[in-house]
Amino acid sequence: MTSNHVRAATDDGAKDNALWQLITVRFKEYTREPEALFWSFGFPILLAIGLGIAFRTKPADVVHVAVVSDNPRAASLTTALKKDPGLAVEVLPADSATAALRTGRVALVVAAGGADSVRYQYDDTRPDARTARLMVDDAVQRGAGRGDVLRASDTHLRERGSRYIDFVVPGLLGMTIMGGGIWGLGYSIVDQRRKNLLKRLVATPMSRAEYLLSYVISRLVLLTVEVVVLLGFSTLLFGVPMRGTVFATVVIIVVSALAFGGLGLLIASRSKTIEGVSGLMNLSMLPMWVLSGVFFSSENFPRVVQPFIKALPLTATNDALRANMLRGVPLTGMLSQLAVLVVWMVLCFGIALRIFRWR
Amino acid sequence: MSSDATVVRDRRQERVEFSDMSSSPAHASQPEYALLVRDLDKSYGDVHAVNGLDLAVHPGECFGLLGPNGAGKTTTIEICEGLLTPDSGRVELLGLRWDTHEQELRQRLGIQLQETQLADKLTVEETVRLFRSFYARGRRVEDVIALVQLEEKANARVGKLSGGQKQRLALACAIVGDPDLLFLDEPTTGLDPQSRRQLWDLITEFKSLGRTIMLTTHYMDEAEMLCDRVAIVDHGKVIALGTPLELIGSLGAEHVVEFALANGAAPIDDAALQALDGVRAVRHVAGAYELQVSALHRTIPNLLALLSRRGDELAQLTTHSASLEDVFVSLTGRQLRDE
Repeated sequence: MTSNHVRAATDDGAKDNALWQLITVRFKEYTREPEALFWSFGFPILLAIGLGIAFRTKPADVVHVAVVSDNPRAASLTTALKKDPGLAVEVLPADSATAALRTGRVALVVAAGGADSVRYQYDDTRPDARTARLMVDDAVQRGAGRGDVLRASDTHLRERGSRYIDFVVPGLLGMTIMGGGIWGLGYSIVDQRRKNLLKRLVATPMSRAEYLLSYVISRLVLLTVEVVVLLGFSTLLFGVPMRGTVFATVVIIVVSALAFGGLGLLIASRSKTIEGVSGLMNLSMLPMWVLSGVFFSSENFPRVVQPFIKALPLTATNDALRANMLRGVPLTGMLSQLAVLVVWMVLCFGIALRIFRWR
Repeated sequence: MSSDATVVRDRRQERVEFSDMSSSPAHASQPEYALLVRDLDKSYGDVHAVNGLDLAVHPGECFGLLGPNGAGKTTTIEICEGLLTPDSGRVELLGLRWDTHEQELRQRLGIQLQETQLADKLTVEETVRLFRSFYARGRRVEDVIALVQLEEKANARVGKLSGGQKQRLALACAIVGDPDLLFLDEPTTGLDPQSRRQLWDLITEFKSLGRTIMLTTHYMDEAEMLCDRVAIVDHGKVIALGTPLELIGSLGAEHVVEFALANGAAPIDDAALQALDGVRAVRHVAGAYELQVSALHRTIPNLLALLSRRGDELAQLTTHSASLEDVFVSLTGRQLRDE
């Protein structure tokens, strides 16, 4: 050690801006964590690809049915059924037919019947089985000589925006915003508190407001990248529509991000252990994954719980994003959803700042 | 060194002028004490961690708070650092108080906590730069890294550093704001001897700048090595105060003789030991005898003669120069390392 080191003079304020330092440090820590990168970017895209493939638009499904071979009229029934291109018919012995029905390989079995009757076996709670019942009976009756009373013609409507992938992409986007806000703030803050780093930081003149602001700003920047990646991918590959204005989409996303950021901060405000905060995060996110209409419509839940579901922030985000992207509804048409998000934001930030444990 | 002295004086000068303009009484003159603590009290439930503790640290002094684990050292230093609120008592740092001058104090203090894990993913340089950005004025990042001898590790991730290197980085973060008063809580606990020595050199060097240091430790050699004055703390109270030499001198003995008898030997009467030439005090520690002696060369032959008259056999015999450790034993009847 030379005396040169000792003589290192003060540099009188030639220093970096503290907020800028806090934000860049946040990014560096984040980008040096490969797992975090995967969960924010890779995961939503993989999910979208998987769902896109599973629910891709394809020709209307062929309904599989079986005719029992010991039916004396099996041959004529089979001929009649084969006239409908929507039906795939096979002739099976009675026990194999029952087995095929049980395992779902066929939707309906035409059992043995009398000379002037037919008997259908199917599960009446399965929608495809009931479709099969209608199609099979129609074909059988026509084969037996029934004619149409009215003439019917079909117009097929297969529009972008009404497919499952169109439904699910706004849901995935909402889920990404929620996960980013809650994990991004919750995990990192509690980790710093657990390591005593938070206490060390408040022992410096660091501004606490700037510390929290650095989280909010870095979250919003990362979210921009996540949103662009997910939406770019969905529109280019699956042609998911973006019918609302970009401005409205941005407003919904930013308001949602702030609401979930507030929730993340609230969850992280007291916990001293990763286990504790993980439990709280899962406790708050799980009901919303299930109830808020990410993968299926929240309208499926009973009417009595609808007001509760509508008050959840993720429901508000998903409803607003779907209205915006799929139907082009302007912001004025989603004021109730935006109000829900603003209330969550104000309440969460307000309580979190009041009870936040800095040490 | 002269240029540093100038820098220090300039800063003081500036403050005096500033305070003259604002006519704030707290700044009116250089405070007599860098740190003043009166009647400090703090309890956690049933545990009375700090119990009426007083301290007065002079500017430019390196002051040590010495005591076993659980004596209340960390609670005391964290109250001084403004991280804990005392139940009662008064704390003044650089003539300022936490409730009125928190922002100014934060700018002028340097703090190293007992256990802080800095962010593993950041490099040494990034970490010091972040801490530097919080202070309105301070040292250049490169200079501080050089000062703690981490130049070669400047671009290494914190997670990859050794324990000693991490502790030196923590010290760098504590001094990057060029503090007037530096708090170090157990700066070398858990380090190997070489790393401890390296850290002692750094602290000594910082001390030579004329800044005040307050440190806690349960290593007696560390206190003797670094501190101008030492307060020995036990059960939340100061039980002895002085320079290390004064405290050791208060024993009236320069050496300590420890011996134990082979199994089965009858105990020796304290009075018989006390009567030996040069013995100042007799203690019993963990089945062994401990004599504080002023003249080793006269006591040892007499002791051996006594034992041979009794026909006792020695199981162990050691001597060492009297240290703060012996002061603590003499004051409390307990050994520090047993705690």
